Amino acid sequence: MSQFAIPSGWEVVIGLEIHAQLATRSKIFSGASTAFGAEPNAQACAVDLGLPGVLPVLNEGAVRMASLFGLAIDAEISRVSSFDRKNYFYPDLPKGYQTTQLARPIVVGGSVTVTTGEGKKAGEHTIRVTRAHLEEDAGKSLHEDFHGMTGIDLNRAGTPLIEIVSEPDMRNPEQAVAYARKVHAIVQYLGICDGNMQEGSFRVDANVSVRPEGDEKLGTRTEVKNVNSFRFLQRAIEFEIERQIDLLETGGEVVQATRLYDPDRDETRLMRTKEEADDYRYFPCPDLLPVVVDDETIESWRAELPELPDAKAERYQSEYGLSAYDAGVLTSSRATAEYFEAVVAREGADAKLAANWVMGEVAALLNRLECEIGACPVPADKLADLLERIADGTLSNKLGREVFEALAEQGGSVDEIIEARGLKQISDTGAIEAMVDEVIAANPGQVEAYRGGKDKLFGFFVGQVMKAAKGKANPQAVNDVLKRRLAGD
Amino acid sequence: MSTSDTQHRGGDAALINASIARLRDGLVAGEYTSADLAAAFAQRIETIDPSLNSLVSRVEPVEPASSTGRLVGIPYVHKDIFCAKGTRTTCGSRMLADWVAPYDSTVHERLSRSGAVLLGKSNMDEFAMGSSNENSYFGAVANPWDVSAVPGGSSGGSAAAVGARLVPFATGTDTGGSIRQPAAFCGVTGIKPTYGRVSRYGMIAYASSFDQGGVIAKSAEDCALVLGEMAGFDERDSTSADRPVPDYVAGLDESIRGLRVGIPKQWFSDALDPAVGDAVSAAIDELRAAGAETVEVDLPDADIALAAYYLLAPAEASSNLSRFDGVRFGYRCEDPKDLQDLYERTRSEGFGSEVKRRILVGTYALSAGYYDAFYRRAQKARRLVTDHFQRAFEQCDVIAGPVTPTPAFDRGAHSADPAKMYLEDIFTIPVNLAGLPGMSVPAGFVEGRPVGLQLIGRHFDEARLVNVAHQYQQRVDWHERMPSLAADSANDNREG
Repeated sequence: MSQFAIPSGWEVVIGLEIHAQLATRSKIFSGASTAFGAEPNAQACAVDLGLPGVLPVLNEGAVRMASLFGLAIDAEISRVSSFDRKNYFYPDLPKGYQTTQLARPIVVGGSVTVTTGEGKKAGEHTIRVTRAHLEEDAGKSLHEDFHGMTGIDLNRAGTPLIEIVSEPDMRNPEQAVAYARKVHAIVQYLGICDGNMQEGSFRVDANVSVRPEGDEKLGTRTEVKNVNSFRFLQRAIEFEIERQIDLLETGGEVVQATRLYDPDRDETRLMRTKEEADDYRYFPCPDLLPVVVDDETIESWRAELPELPDAKAERYQSEYGLSAYDAGVLTSSRATAEYFEAVVAREGADAKLAANWVMGEVAALLNRLECEIGACPVPADKLADLLERIADGTLSNKLGREVFEALAEQGGSVDEIIEARGLKQISDTGAIEAMVDEVIAANPGQVEAYRGGKDKLFGFFVGQVMKAAKGKANPQAVNDVLKRRLAGD
Repeated sequence: MSTSDTQHRGGDAALINASIARLRDGLVAGEYTSADLAAAFAQRIETIDPSLNSLVSRVEPVEPASSTGRLVGIPYVHKDIFCAKGTRTTCGSRMLADWVAPYDSTVHERLSRSGAVLLGKSNMDEFAMGSSNENSYFGAVANPWDVSAVPGGSSGGSAAAVGARLVPFATGTDTGGSIRQPAAFCGVTGIKPTYGRVSRYGMIAYASSFDQGGVIAKSAEDCALVLGEMAGFDERDSTSADRPVPDYVAGLDESIRGLRVGIPKQWFSDALDPAVGDAVSAAIDELRAAGAETVEVDLPDADIALAAYYLLAPAEASSNLSRFDGVRFGYRCEDPKDLQDLYERTRSEGFGSEVKRRILVGTYALSAGYYDAFYRRAQKARRLVTDHFQRAFEQCDVIAGPVTPTPAFDRGAHSADPAKMYLEDIFTIPVNLAGLPGMSVPAGFVEGRPVGLQLIGRHFDEARLVNVAHQYQQRVDWHERMPSLAADSANDNREG
């Protein structure tokens, strides 16, 4: 993990702008598909190309999804919102303007609560959301493969976005990352965004400034773009904090600018200063009517809301007796929570055991394979089978791990693996008694010492029995029998 | 030569000047086929248009797509702002001089469905910006009544074509008067419906909150018929009105006895050419003679409207025309050295001077620091104008007045002074600001050049407008008069 610490005497102020692509099937103002990965320009219709004479028609699904987000963070849903045009020239912006919501966004206010740190250092922070508005995505400029020219792919043009703007409420990179992760979790819980940061479905820009501790006035901020993972977000902010403090401490000053994060060199680079920024000449879009949403519709959307991360985490604590930390980890993404819930759905499942396995073995496996939990090679029902065999004493935890590895590597069923590898735990009391008796008979000195008060020797006897059982004896049964026999029963 | 002979060849004045209903009767009765009709008008275009330049493209007529529509076999031309799949659609600009529309506008789709036969695309001021049709990349259009006069704009080609009887009707668009003013100048009838009545989908945008498609034809009756086919809700245009379209033809014969006609007293001022004022007053007298009552109404802000329009429309245009950047379609400059050069030269070379002027004005009006002073104040003025109309309509059912301050002016007269040219729109622009329906109806001549009567209705009261105009046209014959064209007499000689 990073060695970063904010130098004493300085305060950091961070606000985030998050662009989340909405998971509508068609675009925000046209009927073209939004699916990722098609041949360039195969999913750009006349409207997306901005051909002369075409007009936008608002996709109501996008309004619903944006509103669901607003409801999820306890924001106000505007009864009347409207679209504006943001004018600038760029080759992947087909109309020469982006249709967005400046004056009257669909979502106003709301907040997101995040937890950072563990144990005693854990702290809760509420990050206020200023607004979330609907807008259209631009296309892509492709600079490779065109021999000094630029290719334009307009498949992405017109994909619906919500831009979620936070207040400058974060004071360190951890809070910023925790907030971004929480928003990421919420949009996925809601099913309104696939959250894929590599494909650009979820993009985070960070506004970072620093000021001497105790100052009221905000320092000059920079906006860091092109951050496509949470790790890079953390690094980009850290870099920017260090860069700004270095500048100020050496008598320089921070220039308000947009900077790009370069993950290969782990630094931010100047993209343009405020002076170079366009005058966007915003004005109300005359092609679209104001979006009017009535109370009844809002209530019907509210009724659609699924259980969200915070509520779920609370339920995990009360219903399963999990710690706040464990509940937080398990609910940090919709996919993780779904996996966990599928495991504990098994009758008689031990939720704590399941939690330990999901956060331990499963997480480690995913880390090793660099894969998402949705694609975990050990699906939830297999893990449930496995935990059942641990709970009923067929497997020890140790053997369970061996079976888990086998499941991950070659698949198959839990019972087949146990059978094929002869991993079945010995729980038969008669067999264990025989082994215990042998060990007692073979170690009269130790027995004498134990009975004389050397309790610590108990571990020695367990070890001897396990050795005899080649590790397969049920530890609980071994304990019980040993205690009884050593007591002289 | 007998009447029936000439009718079969579709060449005689009676047929050329016939109403759409009469043409339909002839088709149904088998007097001629739709192909005959198309050929007759095409031949007329061939002979006469070289002296007018009213069309920028000819379209090979196809068999009507319908056999039951109300316009089956009726030839027409589109203002070259309407996309019709496979046709070159230039908007009067070098920027789109070679652009072939890959899709149909809703207006084209609807007219095709009712069986109308497209013969061409008409000339226009570039991107519908102009009042004289002198701003076309494809050259100026002559007024059929006097070739030294302008036909008006921006739908000048459509008005000239109908005025010269090259087609029974033409489509037009009206952002600040672009149907009514050229209709007045060319002695034809034009209707700009309520904003939202006709879909804007596939109609190249100039100023989206003002642009409205409509019809230019010989008579109110023909306008009513065609408008009924064009109008109606379109889910592809969010600003189109989701309300039923009445049968505009059905109410034409209703009496206008007791109709309250509002006369905006401020419009009959020094700014109005007295001869035009006389013609308009005479037309209003006819309405009175038909049983209408007149009442003075107060519309004090024509000058404010003009100023507001010339900020708001260019502001919208500056954004609407950004897509013409040389990247995806249309004109692209030769050998751009980089992106900036591509943008600059494409737009410098592709747009004409009036378009550039309005883009600059609009860009300025929307710029940081100027928005409140210009755009926002102009929006307030727009609301004020709308309120004044609303108040006027508490006292009357329609408003009648002049379309323009003068009859058609000479070509080149205002070329050096755009502000003077803008004044041509002083009576038409307020109607666009308020989104109301307006009509121009032929009301006589001043020194051989036509003059129009403007009728303005309440929102979605087009049925009443065409009813009033039709009742007026039952009493006068201005709309029946045809210009005597040099080419026409040559044609007559050949026929004879």
